[in-house]
Amino acid sequence: MTLLEVDDLRISFGDKQAVDGLSFTLEAGGSLGIVGESGSGKSTAALALLGLSGGSVSGKIRFDGTDLVTGAPWKDIRGARIAMVFQEPLTALNPFQTVGDQIAEVYRLHTGATRRAARERAVEVLGQVHIADPERRARAYPHQFSGGMRQRALIAMAIANRPKLIVADEPTTALDVTVQAQILDLLDEVRATTGAALLLISHDLGVVAGSTESVIVMRDGRAVESGSTESVLLSPRHEYTRALLDAVPKPGNRDFEPGPPLLRVRDVHKHFPQRRRGSFRKPPPVRAVDGVTLDVHAGETLGIVGESGTGKTTLARMMVGLIPPSSGSITFDGVDIARRRGRSVQMVFQDPLSSLNPRRTIGESIADPLRLSGVRDPRTRVEDLLERVGLSRSEYDRYPHQLSGGMRQRVGIARAVAPSPRLIVCDEPVSSLDVTTQAQVLALLEELRAELGLSLVFVSHDLAVLRRIADRVAVLKDGVIVEVGPTSEVYDQPQHPYTKELLAAVPVTDPAEARRLRALRSTVGR
Amino acid sequence: MIGHLTRRIVGGAIVLLVLSALIYTLFYLAPSDPAILACGKGCTPERLADVRAAMGLADPVWTQYWHFLQGIFTGRDYSLGPTVRHCPAPCLGYSFETSQPVTTLLMDRLPVSFSLAFGAEILSLLLGIGAGLLSGTRRFRWFDRLVNGLVLAGYATPVFLVGLLLLLLFCVHLQWLPFPQYVPFTTDPLLWAQNLLLPWIALAVIQTAAYARLTRAGLQESLAEDHIRTARAYGIPERRILWRKALRGALLPLVTLTAVDLAGIITSAVLTETMFGLPGVGQLLVGAVNQIDLPVVVGVTLLTGLIMVLANTAADLLYAAVDPRVQLR
Repeated sequence: MTLLEVDDLRISFGDKQAVDGLSFTLEAGGSLGIVGESGSGKSTAALALLGLSGGSVSGKIRFDGTDLVTGAPWKDIRGARIAMVFQEPLTALNPFQTVGDQIAEVYRLHTGATRRAARERAVEVLGQVHIADPERRARAYPHQFSGGMRQRALIAMAIANRPKLIVADEPTTALDVTVQAQILDLLDEVRATTGAALLLISHDLGVVAGSTESVIVMRDGRAVESGSTESVLLSPRHEYTRALLDAVPKPGNRDFEPGPPLLRVRDVHKHFPQRRRGSFRKPPPVRAVDGVTLDVHAGETLGIVGESGTGKTTLARMMVGLIPPSSGSITFDGVDIARRRGRSVQMVFQDPLSSLNPRRTIGESIADPLRLSGVRDPRTRVEDLLERVGLSRSEYDRYPHQLSGGMRQRVGIARAVAPSPRLIVCDEPVSSLDVTTQAQVLALLEELRAELGLSLVFVSHDLAVLRRIADRVAVLKDGVIVEVGPTSEVYDQPQHPYTKELLAAVPVTDPAEARRLRALRSTVGR
Repeated sequence: MIGHLTRRIVGGAIVLLVLSALIYTLFYLAPSDPAILACGKGCTPERLADVRAAMGLADPVWTQYWHFLQGIFTGRDYSLGPTVRHCPAPCLGYSFETSQPVTTLLMDRLPVSFSLAFGAEILSLLLGIGAGLLSGTRRFRWFDRLVNGLVLAGYATPVFLVGLLLLLLFCVHLQWLPFPQYVPFTTDPLLWAQNLLLPWIALAVIQTAAYARLTRAGLQESLAEDHIRTARAYGIPERRILWRKALRGALLPLVTLTAVDLAGIITSAVLTETMFGLPGVGQLLVGAVNQIDLPVVVGVTLLTGLIMVLANTAADLLYAAVDPRVQLR
């Protein structure tokens, strides 16, 4: 039975056509993924199902016998028959209300249940999404929850009224890879146990692969390809789908001869003292990095993988001498890194927008390190660099906000390369970029490494990216390296349980492999 | 919580101590001799010496300051020739100009100032939030424009102009109200309110403008937040979203502003007090400055500091009570 039928849906904001003739159907209890890069119109289409797109809508949306374009009884639809799970679980929940109250409020609104019954239902659904001790946690505020727990709470809110359709818009985007896997597993489980259909929207093909039966690939408001998840992901017909799939990082294979150690990190600790609160005893310091020893060899790319809060950024900053270690030593060519200047080690930062001075032209920003190393008139050198990283020479006089995210990261790379360093430390350089842009930036880094004989340290939470670019990988957990070795060894024969857990959580674009990993997680996890 | 309060009290005490020392140094080292002023016309050198001794001006500055601090906790005696005036704790000094302890002077004026401040604050909060709500939801475009215009006018109009216009209109022209004259609340609440109505309105004009603007901006901001979108997506009615969810976030900044404004009116609504003949703290200060009655100036300054510290502490406690994300430590 068809639950949702969308036919020739068009949504426009003034002159801008956000959705331009989208059609699809979704069976009751079925699952459909919509994949597209930012600006493809996928979120706008999802919001239109609840009459919240904000644009002018035409076409047909038929849900469970009701037409949703020409004035629907929204009161009975929103939250009751169609429930939405949003991105950004922190801001999507009301900060002034306890989690339990928010779920109970929605439940009461649609069922007219008593306060008490609604509270009980809230606790029940929180338990259903595997929040430990739901009775107590229902009384907590959203800011007292972790990112993953908040997303669970939003899913609990979604299933409270037993809807027929759950729309999840980028439900895992801000989450760590292991948490992402848990949330996707949970959505799958919820679909199985409640019989609700799932519309899953994501920019990540890997997210959709294991969780949906069919998939639509969207670009510029149109579906360029649709079909069963297997057929679209395994034998794509449209070139854009192929381009997206090609952009997903693949294992790289590079014969690699390790050179002599260049950067040596010896038993490095970094502890941040905590503020005293209330009591007289001082709380123990945060051990961000807690005893790390590793070498970066000349000519290699060392990947450092870790989830949020594992100390990977702290370690990266110590490696370029930005912050001093609490104890231990970091030497470059045998000299303490603190006494080295930028000519030997440079850094590429995660967020290119906030790491470039917004009031200076990008050319000036790139010229700075050159001037510091004594170049008198660096303009031509900077323009050469801009060309080298794939920008035009005329970009010299533009400001950071005038560039796209991918272009800004190219500027960040040009600035790092400018003083001819021997080692570049990249901290999550591609994590804020769309998958095709990400692939281009990675390719650029690899070219530069070969051309300039650089060594790279590549810090990331993304195992797929590291598999493509790194020669060796170090796995960081709680400030300690739990495993380090050649990339192929770590990925194929992981030794440490945490590495195994991480690898099982990586989204893959092969649907069969995705299901195999999910089965694996359900035996290992919880 | 308790730890936070303790720290606030200690911090407040330090602020007041520094403030008193500063004021003391500034005024008692000023070139004018308070003793000559206190002594008045036809002052003989012997009498001047007596007055100087009585006022403690013969002692070194730090001794004077130390006596002043002691007086706050234990009270002190001022011997004026044959008579001895006792100034009971908390003694903030003795006004030789009016022959009264500063504390008594302040205590007489405070009820007036409190009446003025709380009434004006309640009135402007009601009007300001109301106007901000109606214009912030943008349900009525014309109202939004009207409020914006009035806000500008409110900001731009000096309080004495509003006050004079009010007096002219209601007391002279229409004769609906008698000329204001302070009647204590305990004597007759109705008369109290009747007499304070015009000063409240005069003060509220400017503050209402500020509150309306803040509420409007806050409301528009919080209506655009993600959790409001969630509430809409779950079918929560628009009215409930406004009152239960958006308004709370929108009104948070008002808490701090209200506290500061309240303290401001209590201690320095000089123009309003003068215009409406209200014997409040502001008037006391102006009179004291004109007559170089230094003990009163020091006393009022310290009181201002105390009220500011209290109001800010109260605002922070309230803030933490309203917003669960704020933790006092």
